Amino acid sequence: MTSSAGGVAVERRAIVAGHGDFAQGVVSAVQAITGKGDAFRAISNCDLGAAALEELIRATVDANAVRVIFTDLPAGSCTIAARRVAREVPWLTVVSGANLSVLLAWAMGTDDSAAGVERAVERGRSAMTVLPGPKETLPVEGGGAH
Amino acid sequence: MPIELYRIDDRLVHGQVVVGWGQPLNITFVVLVDDIIATSDWEQELYRMGAPPEMTVTFETVESATAKLAEYQSRAAHGILLAGDIDTMRRLVERSGTINHVNIGGIHHRAGRTARLRYVFLTPEEEVSLREMGAGGVTITAQDVPATTPVPLDEVLAGTGE
Repeated sequence: MTSSAGGVAVERRAIVAGHGDFAQGVVSAVQAITGKGDAFRAISNCDLGAAALEELIRATVDANAVRVIFTDLPAGSCTIAARRVAREVPWLTVVSGANLSVLLAWAMGTDDSAAGVERAVERGRSAMTVLPGPKETLPVEGGGAH
Repeated sequence: MPIELYRIDDRLVHGQVVVGWGQPLNITFVVLVDDIIATSDWEQELYRMGAPPEMTVTFETVESATAKLAEYQSRAAHGILLAGDIDTMRRLVERSGTINHVNIGGIHHRAGRTARLRYVFLTPEEEVSLREMGAGGVTITAQDVPATTPVPLDEVLAGTGE
């Protein structure tokens, strides 16, 4: 996956970090839908202490020229660790509360600026909605509908 | 209502604490005891930012926590007290004299530690410290989330990381 920065094609990479198999699962979903799962490095906090998790994220950022880190829970250890790493890496953006829609929007885009990430986040936010269920479309009993 | 849980967890404020324990225990305040974090505005903002709006996070040193513990314990609201390591919790236990049960929630791998449970790794010195705390009358169990069964200290120390 590439984008153009100053006319030079560069690989776009992001980290998805979360609890259990969240990251692996959601990245596999991105791959199934777009074929662009390679844009993400999946990290699980499973069995990792705070220091080890931070070190894993830092090493993954360094090895993959990562510019965005998506995490699951705002209060989670992945978010805390990502923010610690981002404190030392000014071009890193951390997004918490990530869902499949935001990852798809980011994967399909080309803009790694803060504004580009914000647009992807807005797609993720707007995907969260309560859909009307069958009860709301059924006629009221005795209402005369046939 | 006293503080519901006195927890040793090297991740401090994180998902298991905020959601796993926080919601079933109706936790509305967290007391984070750490001598370094208590003096760092940046660290405090990091942990405050992660907590949901209905949950306050207060930062204390061992000394200030000792002084304020009775007030925290007498609150009507439900709280969790967190320490990131055994030494911090032990000093608080010894100084306060009012902590009877300590939860080991997560002490993860690092050099020199041996696996005891999936989420508990201990150095020989840490094992001695836990035994001494237990011998002093504190009930110590390991339990990462409420849905699991508490593991008594003797079983923790006999564990092999499974």
